[in-house]
Amino acid sequence: MFVWRVAGLPAFPPLQSFSEEESMMRDAVKKFAQERIAPFVSKMDEDSVMDADVISALFEQGLMGIEIGAEYGGTGSSFFSSILVIEELAKVDPSVSVLCDIQNTLINTLLTNLGTEEQKQHYLPRLASDTVGSFCLSESESGSDAFSLKTKAEKHKDYYIINGSKMWISNAEHAGVFLVMANAEPAAGYRGITCFIVDRHTDGLHIGRKENKLGLRASSTCPLTFDNMKVHEKNILGKVGHGYKYAIGMLNGGRIGIAAQMLGLAQGCFDHTVPYTRQRVQFGKRIFDFQGMQHQIAHVATQLEAARLLTYNAARLKEAGRSFIKEACMAKYFSAEVATLTTSKCIEWMGGVGFTKDYPIEKYYRDCKIGAIYEGTTNIQLSTMAKMIDQEYDG
Amino acid sequence: CFAPFLCLRPPQIRVKPDRTGVVTDGVKHSMNPFCEIAVEEAVKLKEKKLVKEVVAVSCGPQQVQETIRTALAMGADRGIHVEVSGKDYETLGPLQVSKIFAALAKKEQADLIILGKQAIDDDCNQTGQMTAALLDWPQGTFASEVTLEADKLKVVREIDGGLETIKIKLPAVVTADLRLNTPRYATLPNIMKAKKKKIVNVKPADLGVDVSSRLEVLKVDEPPQRQSGVKVETVHDLVEKLKEAGRI
Repeated sequence: MFVWRVAGLPAFPPLQSFSEEESMMRDAVKKFAQERIAPFVSKMDEDSVMDADVISALFEQGLMGIEIGAEYGGTGSSFFSSILVIEELAKVDPSVSVLCDIQNTLINTLLTNLGTEEQKQHYLPRLASDTVGSFCLSESESGSDAFSLKTKAEKHKDYYIINGSKMWISNAEHAGVFLVMANAEPAAGYRGITCFIVDRHTDGLHIGRKENKLGLRASSTCPLTFDNMKVHEKNILGKVGHGYKYAIGMLNGGRIGIAAQMLGLAQGCFDHTVPYTRQRVQFGKRIFDFQGMQHQIAHVATQLEAARLLTYNAARLKEAGRSFIKEACMAKYFSAEVATLTTSKCIEWMGGVGFTKDYPIEKYYRDCKIGAIYEGTTNIQLSTMAKMIDQEYDG
Repeated sequence: CFAPFLCLRPPQIRVKPDRTGVVTDGVKHSMNPFCEIAVEEAVKLKEKKLVKEVVAVSCGPQQVQETIRTALAMGADRGIHVEVSGKDYETLGPLQVSKIFAALAKKEQADLIILGKQAIDDDCNQTGQMTAALLDWPQGTFASEVTLEADKLKVVREIDGGLETIKIKLPAVVTADLRLNTPRYATLPNIMKAKKKKIVNVKPADLGVDVSSRLEVLKVDEPPQRQSGVKVETVHDLVEKLKEAGRI
């Protein structure tokens, strides 16, 4: 049995216990987000564009290569640190948070775990210092049913010709490298899915116009087309036909990242709202002092705490090398629900001003909805959990 | 360089019921902003290869180590934690801190001491000056620009009348003012590197310093409540009211 020990704490410390390094990182990111990102949030949302300076600042602070080893120019920290960073960023801007989440939990993780030394030497330093990555799995006809993807990779000698298209690809506007899931052996069904590393300026790669979205507007979401795109076989990540395994494996961890993003979003919204309720006076008292308000606020605070514990625990389980898939699903599902509840209630508590764009609340409300949809819809999470619960009683 | 640890101003400062000071329990403590500027300046001098080593020092209880780590994450090479806690810490003032700094400067054979011009909790603006006096070193206070020229330091000082430029010999004490620089963020990779840097624990007694206070705080009061104003309808009324109040 693995016993978690954090310096100076009892053998079974509370879930909200952090190593000194984790606390310092969280405080550094909190400060950085407030000073270098917060001033741009509203404009980025309105224009639906991520500010280039914000992206460079993320790289400068080492936030884009959190788990990449120092030998590759990364920060050399842990998964839990990534989770804390994603949460802190989301409190200020969930769009910036998702850029950082995808980079760390999907792109960097895949390359670190599966890359050949040559691939790692080539890509990890760039991912840590100036190159954004995109993960390309979904297509117009395959979302939850990811493995029915139609993009094909035809082998010729030592290269592949890829044809097909992808949809809903985050970070695409800024990405310098794309991890593309294509089927190299359609006859084998999903066992032909292969992961290709594709550089942005590859011939045949077309990045379409970004979607005009309800929320997470500063995060670019684009369709991609592959038109006889030639990719050398040395750009295959891992083994041919194993792509589906890699996708599932990595999305399990990515799920915890999204849970952290939704959690930060909800907390950030809550933190903007409660001070208002303490200031706003009606009928001679603060609106916070009305029992109806107090009960609602306390209820939401409880949900936030529960979401936090689910998320932190799933992250610690993963770090401890223990089984964590069910817990990761629970964290993502629950945090997305809590984000929806919290933001909806916050608008109500703010009254009329909550409904205007002059206050940041309505943006959190719009941003939260995607949490129940991407990186595995809520229904998929619930089905996965149910399958595992079923197995638990197999005896 | 020396980075005093201090109490970050909470949104609402409350005076303790016994009126001996303000409430500090449960208030987040962090590095004094002027000292952050001092750390930044020291790190910049090291990056320009003008100084060999930057040592961050702080006096206080256990939590002070976090502040020193932040300085290490900004680029300081090692830290010294001078342990002062409990009652001693409550009564720790500029004179005792200056004595500690002077003793450490001699022990470490420092050539330059940089600290914030004042701490934002007590606003004393005394430590730098006292330290220089105890060491009999020249001082460049309220620095908004520091340049090393051979074995002298050119310091541009912000004074009431404008800017004053002085040249002082090393070793010297410099206190940092707001416009000296913009402190860098501790990047995540540097936070990781800071873990490997050493912080040494020292007691004031080890340095031969007596931290007992020569001052006794008699009482601390909140400022008087702001009186409500009076609204007037016209400029004529305003002038009349001002005359009534003897203001014009």
